[in-house]
Amino acid sequence: MLGLQIIVDGFAISSLYALGAVGFTLIFGVSGVLNLAHGGIMVVAALVGWYCAGELGFGTYLGTLAGVAAGLTLALATYFIVVRPIQRSRAIPSAETEIFVLTGTLLWGIMIEQGMAYLFSDNPVSIRPLIGGVMNVFGVRTPRNEVMIAALCWIVIGFLWLLVNRTRAGKVLLAASINPRGLTLLGFELSRVYVLVWSIYGVLAGIAGVLLASFLGVGSANTGPLTASAFSIVVLGGLGSVSGTLIAAYVVGYLETVTAYLIAPTLRPIPALILLVLVIYIRPQGILGRR
Amino acid sequence: MNMRTALQLPQLARPTIAAMAFAALVMLAPSARAADTGPIKIGVIGEQSAIAGASLTKAAQLAGDEINAAGGLNGRKVEIITYDDHSSAAEAVRAFQRAVHQDHVVAVIGSYISEVALALEPWSARLHMPFITPGAASTDISKHVHDEYEKYKYTFHGWLTSAFIAQSICDFEHDVMVGKFHMKTTVIMSEDAAWTTPLDARYLECLPKAGLQVLDHIRFNPDTTDFTPIFNRIEAKHPDVITTGISHVGVQPTVQWHDQQVPIAMVGQSSQATTSSFWKDTNGATEGVVTATGAAPGVAITPKTLPFTEAYVKRFGVSPAYCGYSSYDDVYVIVDAIKRAGSTDPDKLVAAMEQTNYVGTIGTVKFYGRNDLYTHAIEYGPGLITGVVIQWQDGKQRQIWPENAADAVVKFPAFVKLPRASAK
Repeated sequence: MLGLQIIVDGFAISSLYALGAVGFTLIFGVSGVLNLAHGGIMVVAALVGWYCAGELGFGTYLGTLAGVAAGLTLALATYFIVVRPIQRSRAIPSAETEIFVLTGTLLWGIMIEQGMAYLFSDNPVSIRPLIGGVMNVFGVRTPRNEVMIAALCWIVIGFLWLLVNRTRAGKVLLAASINPRGLTLLGFELSRVYVLVWSIYGVLAGIAGVLLASFLGVGSANTGPLTASAFSIVVLGGLGSVSGTLIAAYVVGYLETVTAYLIAPTLRPIPALILLVLVIYIRPQGILGRR
Repeated sequence: MNMRTALQLPQLARPTIAAMAFAALVMLAPSARAADTGPIKIGVIGEQSAIAGASLTKAAQLAGDEINAAGGLNGRKVEIITYDDHSSAAEAVRAFQRAVHQDHVVAVIGSYISEVALALEPWSARLHMPFITPGAASTDISKHVHDEYEKYKYTFHGWLTSAFIAQSICDFEHDVMVGKFHMKTTVIMSEDAAWTTPLDARYLECLPKAGLQVLDHIRFNPDTTDFTPIFNRIEAKHPDVITTGISHVGVQPTVQWHDQQVPIAMVGQSSQATTSSFWKDTNGATEGVVTATGAAPGVAITPKTLPFTEAYVKRFGVSPAYCGYSSYDDVYVIVDAIKRAGSTDPDKLVAAMEQTNYVGTIGTVKFYGRNDLYTHAIEYGPGLITGVVIQWQDGKQRQIWPENAADAVVKFPAFVKLPRASAK
């Protein structure tokens, strides 16, 4: 009984982690940016979604869409305000650009966190579940919302797969992640590719943020831990590898769930961090990493 | 090294030594105290990003403005200077030092977080600055004053100590959960924080006396975001009621309790549930949650309760959190003490505050004395301050205890299973 509870609970959390981390790894794979403001984008989507749904009276569905739109907007803002100017700056030697981008996004994430705390207080908020009530899953009493979230995550990931593998735009993205210079030689505008990938990332992070808000609740204080968990998952799975990220998300999600249920809820984040250290030590490219 | 050259002071050293001696004298001299003319400055340290903390500073400002509108104290205006400590003890200490040394306040009202209040207490002792916390609960705050009175006498505890919070909840559970709903068992669920250590200790003592057997005692990390394993563990024990002690968390456990339809009532101290915005924050998931608080909307504990609440809502758009009531009262208590002492001298002010007998918004404020266990904490009891217990019903906080002042019947959501022989 407890085992089934763990399986069901772990599946939903892992799916959410997977959705968030896939965007993170996509950004790294295609544009080489480790976006440390990742948690900030999810939190903003969640808070805006809550605000629109409740305070502005949009209702749950429109509020959720507004939250996703906010995630998209903020991701593009992160690209145009923080990442692109640093990447194009002549004052920074090219070998150091990545560090500057990393630091820039970290500071941007902190600014977002403090800004959100100022506007909304650091209290977590929750979005009303899209579907209420509970249902029986293998004998485990599970909120319907949780099942829907897991399903939604996989539908979105499925769309992403279709986009990358079956559409022309997706193939351009794939090519950009393999060899950006080759792509420019073929006549493609890299800057438009980057805008596309940041937009996709914004939508993914936005959806992950609003779903997390309806599942567990989100507050400005979650910004750091969300970034950290996406970072660990992506390093574990291999930076730049989407399938690696998906596998790693489930590994981390289940490790945390098993720890919370069988050992102690307090120690939940520890095993994933220990695993991260071991992976960096033994196999630094991660499970399926390329770079 | 040559003895003679070592002993002979070089030419440059003399002015340096003179400068150092002068600096030492300046540092050792007592810092300038607020003169007995000019505005009376009161420092208020709150956590602006937290709902309870923001309420604290707003309520103090309201009190200050009211006093000034009525002419101030003997013509002197009250100036409320607010500081944001970002829920950090280190920042609160810096704010305290700034308040004393730069802004020259005569007293400090500070924080609803016990860890912060306990960090400020030694500074109140070192700097001889009267300090009162309107929201923290740890019994250690008053214990320090009791154990080392001469050193810590400048600190006052302006809210119910955890021991009394627990006692009032036990009394409530005895009257209602056992008395009306015939419950027999409970599980204690509280966050691992300074204020819950004495709370839980008292729970473990008074719950059995109230008629509830304690089946399990869970203390969880305040950074927990997923409460499913915790609710799972509680449910496996089949208690009739969950007795809570939560303040740092609130939205997440409440929303998850509701969404997972955990079939056990949640009763106890949930500080975030005392604020009016909690209904919106949880999208109504707080329906049926019971919490102890300072005052319930619409219920006049004293003639001052409702006017304060109305003025606060009118100015700030939300109802005050529990520490808003006490923070507002504390400004008046300080000003009243200055009036009786005839001075802002710290020792005289402390002596005057000890004689406080002030009708505030949530009861009559009196402080325990030197020989009482909780020296300088507010006195608990009928006619003084007891707090009330409210339940969220249909978007509103309804007072359900003490029963003679109750204005609603206790009812739980449909998914909560009540013992078979429960009264309707």
